[in-house]
Amino acid sequence: MQLWMIFLPVIAALFMPLLFKKIKLHTGWFVLIVPVVLVSYYASKIGDRATYASWTWVADLQLKIDSSLDGLGLLFSILITGIGALVVLYSIFYLDKTKEQLHNFYMYLLLFMTAMLGVVQSDNVMSLYLFWELTSISSFLLIGYWFTRDASRFGALKSMMITVFGGLLMLGGFLILANITGTMSISEMLLHTTEIKESPYFTLAAILVLLGALTKSAQFPFYIWLPDAMEAPTPVSAYLHSATMVKAGIYLVARFTPIFAYSTTWIWLIVILGLITLFWGSFFATKQRDLKGILAFSTVSQLGMIMSMLGVAAMSYHVDGNAENVFKYAGFAALFHLINHATFKGALFMIAGIIDHETGTRDIRKLGGLMSLMPISFTVAMITSLSMAGLPPFNGFLSKELFFTTMLSAQDFSWSTVAVLIPVVAWLASVFTFVYCLYFVTGIFFGKRHELPKKPHEAPIGMLISPLVLASFVVVLFFIPNVVTDALIKPAVLAIQPNQFLTVGDIDIHISMWHGFNTELLMTIGVVVVGFGLFMTVKHWRKVYSLVPEWFSLNQLYRRMMRLADEDMTKVSKRYMTGSIRTYFIYMFAAIVIIVVSTLFMKDGYAFDTAHASDIGAFDIALVVVLVLGTLTVLFARTRLTAIIALGVVGYSVAMFFVLFNAPDLALTQLSIETVSVALFLLAFYHLPKLSRHEARLPFRLGNFVIALAVGVMVTLMALASQSQKLLPSISEYYKETVYKEAGGGNIVNVILVDYRGFDTLFEITVLAIAGMAIFGMIKLRRKKGADKNEIK
Amino acid sequence: MRINDVILRTVVRFVVFIILTLAIYLFFAGHYSPGGGFIGGLVIASAFVLLYVTFDIEKVKKGIPVDFKKVAALGVFLAVGTGFGSVLFGVDFLTQAAKKFHIPLLGEKELGTVMLFELGVALTVVGVVMTIIVSIAEGDGD
Repeated sequence: MQLWMIFLPVIAALFMPLLFKKIKLHTGWFVLIVPVVLVSYYASKIGDRATYASWTWVADLQLKIDSSLDGLGLLFSILITGIGALVVLYSIFYLDKTKEQLHNFYMYLLLFMTAMLGVVQSDNVMSLYLFWELTSISSFLLIGYWFTRDASRFGALKSMMITVFGGLLMLGGFLILANITGTMSISEMLLHTTEIKESPYFTLAAILVLLGALTKSAQFPFYIWLPDAMEAPTPVSAYLHSATMVKAGIYLVARFTPIFAYSTTWIWLIVILGLITLFWGSFFATKQRDLKGILAFSTVSQLGMIMSMLGVAAMSYHVDGNAENVFKYAGFAALFHLINHATFKGALFMIAGIIDHETGTRDIRKLGGLMSLMPISFTVAMITSLSMAGLPPFNGFLSKELFFTTMLSAQDFSWSTVAVLIPVVAWLASVFTFVYCLYFVTGIFFGKRHELPKKPHEAPIGMLISPLVLASFVVVLFFIPNVVTDALIKPAVLAIQPNQFLTVGDIDIHISMWHGFNTELLMTIGVVVVGFGLFMTVKHWRKVYSLVPEWFSLNQLYRRMMRLADEDMTKVSKRYMTGSIRTYFIYMFAAIVIIVVSTLFMKDGYAFDTAHASDIGAFDIALVVVLVLGTLTVLFARTRLTAIIALGVVGYSVAMFFVLFNAPDLALTQLSIETVSVALFLLAFYHLPKLSRHEARLPFRLGNFVIALAVGVMVTLMALASQSQKLLPSISEYYKETVYKEAGGGNIVNVILVDYRGFDTLFEITVLAIAGMAIFGMIKLRRKKGADKNEIK
Repeated sequence: MRINDVILRTVVRFVVFIILTLAIYLFFAGHYSPGGGFIGGLVIASAFVLLYVTFDIEKVKKGIPVDFKKVAALGVFLAVGTGFGSVLFGVDFLTQAAKKFHIPLLGEKELGTVMLFELGVALTVVGVVMTIIVSIAEGDGD
């Protein structure tokens, strides 16, 4: 049941083309059933013990598809299916059945839903990775949904490149963990934390897994894909790129905290990168002109915030006793803000989509004064923006206070005074968050009304249902936070900080709306005052953004790297892939010489010993002289005819060597074969075209000379070394003894050829036959001039 | 004007048979003294080449109505066949067997499956060499 629930969306996806083509009703209504069923199923599990279901895929490799519904998995599953239901409902009114290929859209979306449920419920690292890449692929398909637009394809490719890069590194981290512990199961890995801690690869594994999380969750410096992913349809942006997929990285960090929290590298990387992302995203959100651009940078910033809180949660693994209480809030706060962010950011994206749909533009400079025309959208946008800014009476306020608590406590862990900067940066980032929240709302709804591509009016009610539901959550969560936290968050905290809490009952955190006048409240008041001041003077300091030159940005770095991988690498390839066989021969011969000669001397394999050498007779010397003279003639011949005849001389003198060294069979064969090949050479020479019959010496090329000399020296060295150290007696004694007794023959060469090793001969004659057929084919089956180019007739 | 090559033609008529006899000798002697299928095949081919050089192609084709491609194929087939033949008798692929026979006029002689294998080699060599030379000779230089 539990496993079937994961695969329910992808099974439903199979019916989409049929539903789209055969039934007139908007396909989304059928899709809606799936997340509604799922969310009610997962809601019914609230309060239960963690349940586990597993299906073994490849038993020998420990590959399993698991579903482990503990607190953390359940929290994310409810988030995915709940927001999924709202997004599907919204998309029914957003996408027009007559204009869009809806079956594609919903198939991708349902595929994504399965992938995401698989990620958050997998207990097995391999199935986690499988589903992880499935989210990358379905996200790629959804971003490129309007594939006729260049920007969509660019955004899809960029997100694919970055998230798959991280995913592959994460796989490396998983494999290291599996290698250390001998298990693929995450829950079993938790039992081996001491082994993991002591492994020399511990930090490497932590960094690799973290890279997967950072790329997926759009953290600094990998956030650059998220703004470009805004080319997707708005329901996709609302679902994937604000509420669910970008939180997969958060999930991963939370899930692996009990394993990696012992590494301080892990902690500081998360905290510092989270804070940089938080500040960077909020600072650059105000620069954006596009509504979805603002929201994308805002998402980046908020994810950084959650990430940094998870980093602080990991600090609790390094302290004992009372000091642990300081970090008690961190994991809790992170998950609480995760839920809050999903609610308000989902709604904000839907509002941005409504504005786009009803006015025809998303450019904030063209918008303005829509308050009286779109009152409901305005209300929703106002509520959710203020929640994002962290003001009461909305849920963002509560999580922002908890965030400040967390960041202040991080100082207590510090080993240096630099840690004082942590709350300062957090506070500054909150100020900018406040600024862009105001910028977003006032830019759309206040001020003067401009000329718009469409005549603006309030959106249809169906489109407003989902943002209204989310906005009501924003308010409700402020007033009754503890109901939600008790049901969902506390069981999930157990997964992050099992060192502090054993059961849900141990977590004695109670959120109160009013917690007295303390540092956190003062910080919030400061945020409002300073943020308001900055917002009023935005025109004066906006120039700051243009201080950074255009070429000095991460996007440019990405482009540069893509160009490096594509154009520059092509240039490099063209530099050495010249297409000239001469060049390739130089590479091959140089490689052979370098490998052989260096091995010969590095392994001390060279020896020179004349003990077994035979005497040299006068015939030998005479033949060698002929051979060398023949060879030199081939090299220095002025005409090709001379070279061919000199080659014949070389061949015949080799035959004479065979005679001299008692090899009559070889001599006979060599003589006849040399005759045939010289005849063939002459034939080829005769048919040379008149124009290219260069009657000139081979030109001298230094490179060729050096390579040829090196190859000659190498072969000589090899021959001398192997002649000088024969370690084993020759096998030929056996042949001598048995050639008559067992094989019934006298000619040892021939008996070896046809009896002892007839197998070789069999294939040599086959080679000969194939060569003959090939020559026949080349000559006889030539295409006639002017004949049809198509060979098959 | 045609060149009168009557001397060449007359000499070739005798010499071809001498070459063929030598080839058959080399072929059969291979197991005990230098020679064998490969060289035997080459020498047979050279006898045919001599015929082609002396007489024109059409005439030789009429005299020796053989498709040399099929000869090459037959050769490979024979060689593989002797290999599989031994498998039929339950021994390893290409195991050669021999037996002494009493042949009238020649006396006690040993005959073996090696001869069949050698025959395959020789036929392949003849077929391939002739295929190459005939097809190059017939291919009009263009």
